[in-house]
Amino acid sequence: MYQYDQYDQAMVDTRVAEFRDQTARRLDGRISEEAFRPLRLMNGLYLQLHAYMLRVAIPYGTLSGAQMRLLGDIADKYDRGYGHFTTRQNIQYNWIKLSEAPDILADLATVEMHAIQTSGNCIRNISADQYAGAAADEITDPRPYAELLRQWSSFHPEFCALPRKFKFAVIGSETDRAAMRLHDIGIQIVRNAAGELGCAFYVGGGMGRTPMIAPLINAFVPLDQLITYSEACLRVYNRYGRRDNKYKARIKILVHELGKDEYTRQVEAEFAHLLTQNIEPPLAEFARIKAFFADPAFDPAAPDAMPNGDPAFLRWVKANTAAHKARGYAIAVISLKPAGGIPGDASADQIRTMADLARDYSFDEARVTHTQNIVLPHVRKADLFALWQKLVDADLATANLDSIGDIIACPGLDYCSLANARSIPVAQRISEKFAAPVRQDAIGELKLKISGCINACGHHHAGHIGILGVDRKGVENYQLSLGGSEGADCSLGTITGPGFSEDGIVTAVEQVTEVYLAQKQGEERFLDTYRRIGMAPFKEAIYG
Amino acid sequence: MVEPQLRFRDDAPVDSPAIGLADFTAGSNVAAVRIEAGEDARLLLPHLASLRLVEIVFPAFTDGRGMSAARVLREAGYAGELRAVGAVLVDQLAAMRRCGFDAFAPAKPLDAKDAEAALARWGIVYQSAADGVRPIWALRHAAAG
Ligand code: SF4
Repeated sequence: MYQYDQYDQAMVDTRVAEFRDQTARRLDGRISEEAFRPLRLMNGLYLQLHAYMLRVAIPYGTLSGAQMRLLGDIADKYDRGYGHFTTRQNIQYNWIKLSEAPDILADLATVEMHAIQTSGNCIRNISADQYAGAAADEITDPRPYAELLRQWSSFHPEFCALPRKFKFAVIGSETDRAAMRLHDIGIQIVRNAAGELGCAFYVGGGMGRTPMIAPLINAFVPLDQLITYSEACLRVYNRYGRRDNKYKARIKILVHELGKDEYTRQVEAEFAHLLTQNIEPPLAEFARIKAFFADPAFDPAAPDAMPNGDPAFLRWVKANTAAHKARGYAIAVISLKPAGGIPGDASADQIRTMADLARDYSFDEARVTHTQNIVLPHVRKADLFALWQKLVDADLATANLDSIGDIIACPGLDYCSLANARSIPVAQRISEKFAAPVRQDAIGELKLKISGCINACGHHHAGHIGILGVDRKGVENYQLSLGGSEGADCSLGTITGPGFSEDGIVTAVEQVTEVYLAQKQGEERFLDTYRRIGMAPFKEAIYG
Repeated sequence: MVEPQLRFRDDAPVDSPAIGLADFTAGSNVAAVRIEAGEDARLLLPHLASLRLVEIVFPAFTDGRGMSAARVLREAGYAGELRAVGAVLVDQLAAMRRCGFDAFAPAKPLDAKDAEAALARWGIVYQSAADGVRPIWALRHAAAG
């Protein structure tokens, strides 16, 4: 894992002092709320329906055990004993006092953490493949690139008042586990014909009210031009992105309105100019960062056989582990989606338990996924049973990864001031309805995603089944869409038709799964069946 | 003419008012020009040698276009005064200095003490910009390079 040197530490310490000073000036009235808003947002502090919400950055979703433990302690000390892991691989606390926010930042800084640029119209926390450094299908670990981008984008003076927020995702595998093309910039590390590594840039993706899949604008940016190219992409956006309408301000609209070719032409011109400015860190800096992400000391003698035993354990292994690149190891995923629970929520005790498990079973490392679960990236297969038993004790052994119970849901009307409808209760009801293992297993892979408004924080466009909360004459109403996907076969869902009440949407989801089970051929997943038979049979079942 | 509240230059300020970009590029030869947000700072590039003051207007503190405009001018070698005008707040001063501004004419005067503290706060930086400060990566590899 990356470790701070004195410079990185000085940056977060300075930020704590600066925010303490800004907060003091706000509290004594020297700064108006209007002027304070962008300052606190740059530091992840939102004013929600009931209290302040603080979003803590977890760069590319990677945490040490000590960092994870502190997140649990913060939940106890400053919140009501819970943390909420988000779709941006971060964690949020929903019950924060403004006056205590600087103290939380100071606590975070003791374990090399911060809340820098977790909201606001700036470059946000860089996300990456949650299986980075562990996946069997990886070309290279994307996190050194993400860390290089993190440092470049932190307090970037030119890009601190962009038209709108800006999100990067970086992957280093063919399989896209990070919804890379649904980001403002998605970077895929690729190898060219000469065998060199470089970056494919996809620019202008995003969800929200106008979902778009990012087009490829440059298939190979050499590694030692990554920062310069990113700067060119951002400068064109900062200068020409729309500022007249908040809903048209994301880069996807600029790329769409200019056209991919014209946007690319402008970026290339800016890039050619910026190459003369020597803004690129030397490759030695990349090498320095990369050294932190070297493989842990895998045991070459670790037994490769999958352990046998309890059927409940085997079910968990099947659902919640993935192939690791090292023989004798597995990637284990802790589901934060118990039936009837709040997706992504964990209690302070659970967070500390996960910290211990990371230390004891995974080389002191954990990851947050954009699907709001926690990954232990490097677990010896021989340890899986012991790990599972501890997860059972902590109510963390739900075996439902990528199944209908593994729902992504945004905070919705329970917390969010922008919401049209509640997301959490709908997720709870659906996960309860499908809780029976037999039923869940019969349905197999089915990604269900819920957003409480058109801002799409719950990624509903990319759900095999997507649910969007809307306001219909003051009453909460839910739109259903089918056929979205976020992976390499990225697609956007299609709305089925008129919306539903809360009861109605749960029934409709059930009807959709019944159509699938009746029509499924061979090993087809829900998405495959939908793509083969189209919308009509589903519509008929729901509305007919 | 807008008087700057803060100015970090030793030369004498230009005493004529800045004119708009359209008038300037139409053929005026004054030494001071004003760019509104959304106007292309690159239109000034052929004239940099004759310019001594460029005012860049910030219509709202959430509008960062002027940051890019400033860097574009500095990167092209402009060495005259670069003045941020309008919605300039204390907590933006440091970033504006990094983008190449060396004078500030905020619509609402800034608290002098707060401004001084804000400008002194950031001793080190992660990226290169227009202020010539060596970024952290350069400090890290100073010995090697
Ligand atoms: S999708 Fe809407 S309701 Fe849900 S968190 Fe985002 S802004 Fe709030």
